[in-house]
Amino acid sequence: MILAAQTQGFLSPTGVEIAFLLVGLATLGAAVMTVTTKQLVHAALWLVVALGGLAVEYLLLTAEFIAWVQVLIYVGSVVVLLLFGLMLTRAPIGRSPDADSGNRPVALAVAGTAAAALVWVVVDAFRTQWIDLDGPAQGSTEVTGSILFRHWVLPFEALSVLLLAALVGAIVLSRKRAGNSETDPEGES
Amino acid sequence: MNDALDVAVRLLIVFAVFLVLPLVIGQTEHKVMAHMQGRLGPMYAGGFHGWAQLVADGVKFAQKEDVVPAGADRRIFQLAPAVALLPYLLVLLVIPIGPSEGAVGQVIDAGIFFVLAVMGVGVLGSLMAGWASANKFSLLGGLRTAAQLLAYELPMLLAAASVAMAAGTVSLPGILNAFEWWWLPWQIVGALVFFTAGLAELQRPPFDMPVADSEIIFGAYTEYTGLRFALFLLAEYAGIVVICGLTTVLFLGGWHGPMGADGLGWFWTLLKTAVLAFVVIWLRVSYPRMREDQLQRLAWTTLIPLALAQIALTGVVKVVI
Repeated sequence: MILAAQTQGFLSPTGVEIAFLLVGLATLGAAVMTVTTKQLVHAALWLVVALGGLAVEYLLLTAEFIAWVQVLIYVGSVVVLLLFGLMLTRAPIGRSPDADSGNRPVALAVAGTAAAALVWVVVDAFRTQWIDLDGPAQGSTEVTGSILFRHWVLPFEALSVLLLAALVGAIVLSRKRAGNSETDPEGES
Repeated sequence: MNDALDVAVRLLIVFAVFLVLPLVIGQTEHKVMAHMQGRLGPMYAGGFHGWAQLVADGVKFAQKEDVVPAGADRRIFQLAPAVALLPYLLVLLVIPIGPSEGAVGQVIDAGIFFVLAVMGVGVLGSLMAGWASANKFSLLGGLRTAAQLLAYELPMLLAAASVAMAAGTVSLPGILNAFEWWWLPWQIVGALVFFTAGLAELQRPPFDMPVADSEIIFGAYTEYTGLRFALFLLAEYAGIVVICGLTTVLFLGGWHGPMGADGLGWFWTLLKTAVLAFVVIWLRVSYPRMREDQLQRLAWTTLIPLALAQIALTGVVKVVI
């Protein structure tokens, strides 16, 4: 990123900026649909659109690696897991009028506050910084890797310990149920 | 203008390959299966050994009525075939078939990640089809598809990571440039894991539990007719092309060949891909279907430990040399 706020204007946006804005609007729309639709599986599919839109935003910011990881982890795995869970339990076709809980206003307040806080922090932190989109890609795998493993290696390791703890916790939870029935030595698949 | 023309020509070529190669594999499957089972296979359409059988099938599919079940979720039901098919077209764009710059549709820096990420999206098509059909068998097929994908995506990723470690890059042309012949024995376990997991992701026999016709009719695709059903079939064959091509590029050296790569690179790539595709067909004829618990056991207790061992081996060798 370079400090070039003086040379950039808001009144003559480039093509990439316009595309970024449009994709952002589409992503926001998909996100709103995710939480407002009355059909459970449609919500999961709108989530795919929202997460995919985010990946496109990363691409437009030349962060290729992050974009593909976003698709791989969120669209390819998390949403598939979500759909799997929905199909295993309850995935009616058509509207489910009981899908809304009474917490709507509270949820809206929390979401609004969180969004406002995030926007404020990000705008405050990166106020005068511009990414040079015309030069070589700045978010290539090589750059991302060296930054991650030189400057951010401690948080990275802490995160992996957190994930390990989650993994162990999941095993413990599934084991407990198998121990109670004392029939099947395997857990669930 | 020239750049735009260049891109357009590349896209056109990739699209043509995408339309032709799956059909070639389909026709080969007809013939290979027939001969392995001691029969002739299609012999009349088009004259010479029934070469036009798949074209005739395509015409037949196009003429059929496009039925959407009354209880189905109409829009998602109709969208699903496209979601299943398009990812393979995108993946085909980045597979290099020759050593020169012009022999790949588009060079992508994080090629392996792109390929695996986009292929993972294709399964959403099967899930959408299974759910939106309003049919218990379809839903079961969709469930089995999801369970299979969750189990086999991990070993596939680990095996691909092993090659990326060996080459020191995640770009597909970069991996081919770094390839040496002794990588073949070095990465052979990873190659087997990758190919097996790829088969499972395509739901090809012996991993075709999600479409097991004796139990759940045709899984997620039970309610589909006509052109949309043909699109799912096309996705399966395009998937064979993609998986075989990827195994070739990642593990078998792609355009490297015994007589050098001068001008013959594309031939070696296509030859290796074709041999692998033949193996895919061969497995369909010769292996019985695996049960759901056997599928899960194979992935979690065999393939993942093997892939992890391969990564450890790659790391050790990489440090030693």
